[in-house]
Amino acid sequence: MDIRSQISMVFHLDKCIGCHTCSIACKNIWTDRKGAEYMWWNNVETKPGTGYPGKWEDQDIYKGGWEKSGNGIKLKGAGKKKGLSNIFHNPHMPVIDDYYEPFTYKYLDLIESPASDDQPTARPVSLITGKPMDIKMGPNWDDDLSGTPDYARNDPNLKNLSPAEQQAMFQLERMAFFYLPRICNHCLNPGCVASCPSGAMYKRGEDGIVLINQEVCRAWRMCITACPYKKAYYNWHSGKSEKCILCYPRIEAGYAPACMHSCVGRIRYLGVILYDADRIHETASAPENELVDRQMDMLLDPFDPEVIESAKKNGIADSTIKAAQSSPIYKFVKKWGMALPLHAEFRTLPMLFYVPPMLPVMASLTEVDNSAQAEKLGDIAKYWPDKWLYDTSTEELWGTIDQARMPIEYMASLFSAGDTEKVKVRLKKLLAVRIYRRWKTVGDISEEKANQVLSDVGLTQELAEEIYYLTSLAKFDDRFVVPAAHREQAIEMIENAGDRKGSTGFGFKEGTAKRGL
Amino acid sequence: MTSLNSFLFIAFPYIAFSVLVIGATYRYKSSGYKVSSLSSQFLEGKKVFWGIVPFHFGIILLFIGHLVVFLFPEAVLRWNSDPVRLVLHEGIGFTFGISVLLGLTILIVRRWFNPRLKMVTNRMDVVIEVVLLSQIILGCWIALGYRWGSSWFASDLSPYLWSLVKLSPNIEAVSALPDVIKLHIVGAFLILFLIPFTRLVHFLVAPFHYIFRPYQVVMWYWDKKQIREPSTPWQITRPRNN
Ligand code: SF4
Ligand code: SF4
Repeated sequence: MDIRSQISMVFHLDKCIGCHTCSIACKNIWTDRKGAEYMWWNNVETKPGTGYPGKWEDQDIYKGGWEKSGNGIKLKGAGKKKGLSNIFHNPHMPVIDDYYEPFTYKYLDLIESPASDDQPTARPVSLITGKPMDIKMGPNWDDDLSGTPDYARNDPNLKNLSPAEQQAMFQLERMAFFYLPRICNHCLNPGCVASCPSGAMYKRGEDGIVLINQEVCRAWRMCITACPYKKAYYNWHSGKSEKCILCYPRIEAGYAPACMHSCVGRIRYLGVILYDADRIHETASAPENELVDRQMDMLLDPFDPEVIESAKKNGIADSTIKAAQSSPIYKFVKKWGMALPLHAEFRTLPMLFYVPPMLPVMASLTEVDNSAQAEKLGDIAKYWPDKWLYDTSTEELWGTIDQARMPIEYMASLFSAGDTEKVKVRLKKLLAVRIYRRWKTVGDISEEKANQVLSDVGLTQELAEEIYYLTSLAKFDDRFVVPAAHREQAIEMIENAGDRKGSTGFGFKEGTAKRGL
Repeated sequence: MTSLNSFLFIAFPYIAFSVLVIGATYRYKSSGYKVSSLSSQFLEGKKVFWGIVPFHFGIILLFIGHLVVFLFPEAVLRWNSDPVRLVLHEGIGFTFGISVLLGLTILIVRRWFNPRLKMVTNRMDVVIEVVLLSQIILGCWIALGYRWGSSWFASDLSPYLWSLVKLSPNIEAVSALPDVIKLHIVGAFLILFLIPFTRLVHFLVAPFHYIFRPYQVVMWYWDKKQIREPSTPWQITRPRNN
């Protein structure tokens, strides 16, 4: 057992309101620079949708992540052989137009144009060339299903759905969507790091944050391809790759990352997870249907005395172990089993987990005959041809999940490498807590029934209360348990304070030989 | 004429080489940030393929070819003694010359006509484009016009270069060469001279070490186990990464 600690995250998708506050917070701090205008280290996508960059999930196009090869794994589009032989021209690298050409407007024209018969306009200009341009694409162009034939319909996750299912999904009456906020997953088996020919990329041992050393990055651009989430970006102005740094200066100082701190929906949780680094390779090489479970197995129980002992032996501080014990991530992912990694089949072992959204699958649809109702309406009254009834009752306990209006296969393609069972289990838990709380607050459900749904999914009243608390009421300090690289110790993340011992005050800076003695 | 010759073939090579060594070291030491080439594939990803691939493979082969003749002149002469092998040798060299020429032309045209690429082109890029283009045109011209370059390189130029290495320059043979060839030689030293000031530095950091390293890189800022070890409180123990 080689225990390491990792800062890990959970995003609770039911709570995301798609406001993009997180993206803006990140942009303002980190990517509001020349060459980085197009980068959104944090972005929020509408699903179904093609995302950013377009169709990033389609690894037939971008060749990101790992693939199985014999008993092990190999990088799909990079690595020692492929990477070095394609070093002059990387055939699978997205170009700026796959994201969008960054632009601004000539706002000054609004103020400075001379009096005339027409309104002045602020023309869009490219932030690359400075020339006027026609905007063809922007960040979140497909927000809330806009432009659906071009975007949502081309979502790579639809490929497992039959044409009829797809057709049904996009009927106006059934359309549903949810938001998927994405940042770098700070993976345990990062494709980006493995692909970097100059060795500029690394995972920090202390907290698992994946970084790019800008001094060593030489613009070989392999990480852009190798990250299956397209979360490593090329800065066209500086010629270096950049990525989400999980606001490590903030984390070291005990603050939550900016995107998480500012999250309006309070969907984000951050904390420590202890894991067994010896099992990384073996887990990443597991058969596709075991990937999720095996990754969960790697994450260790911070209360287990054996785990604590070997963690200490590995030099993990008591404060970090303490943080791991109160980690909201451990609860969501392991204790309650409610969260899943995004696209486990890319085999990078992502450490950002998602609680799958229940709302778009809630409400089963039944066709009803409302002609009687329609007859009652006068001619002038609005004609309402809607024959669908959204059934949100709790009579049929799990019925809503089975006849969900957004196919579970779609969710499974995102969160569980296609295994619908894993998604269903989690959705049922979400629903069970709801039903339980409904008994408590509204009271139109019997206690018996509430208890029954809870035991159906292996929860108890106490656990349900805990889940309810952390989901709906949790305060800042419950959602973000930042381990102690406390402010006063933060310097130790950068240098060994022991090195500086004796370097000021009395005594000598140089060794005896250097002093000529 | 002699003084010009001694400047171009004695002083300039030494200047160029010193500038290369000192300049490249300084650039690397002062900021690793600047030791690379600004890739523009991200702004234009299709045409670049047809330029950059023939250019790079060509230039690497030509470089190795020149290097081999310089290092092992006798072996090359022996190889060239058979006319079939000589023609083969020269033919291969010329093909790669043409591939560099075509590749470079495509790259220059691409850079020139794409407004996005103009934004990431600096003055030194233009300088190096001109120098490389002239050098490759001269090279192809010499290959055609002054036949069996690989042989006379081995017999005339290799000794000259070695005399430079041995710090007792002998420029008799070079001074007698036609101007085109002289220009090509000076061009070569000029390129060495320019390396520290242009994007050419990137070839000095070609990532061969990638082949030998494990895929994953994990770094610790300090060795947590050691730092708690009471027997070594005054020792500085750097962490072992990975
Ligand atoms: S999400 Fe991508 S960039 Fe982030 S660690 Fe994983 S492979 Fe690397
Ligand atoms: S700030 Fe929070 S709620 Fe708003 S889009 Fe981002 S993740 Fe969703």
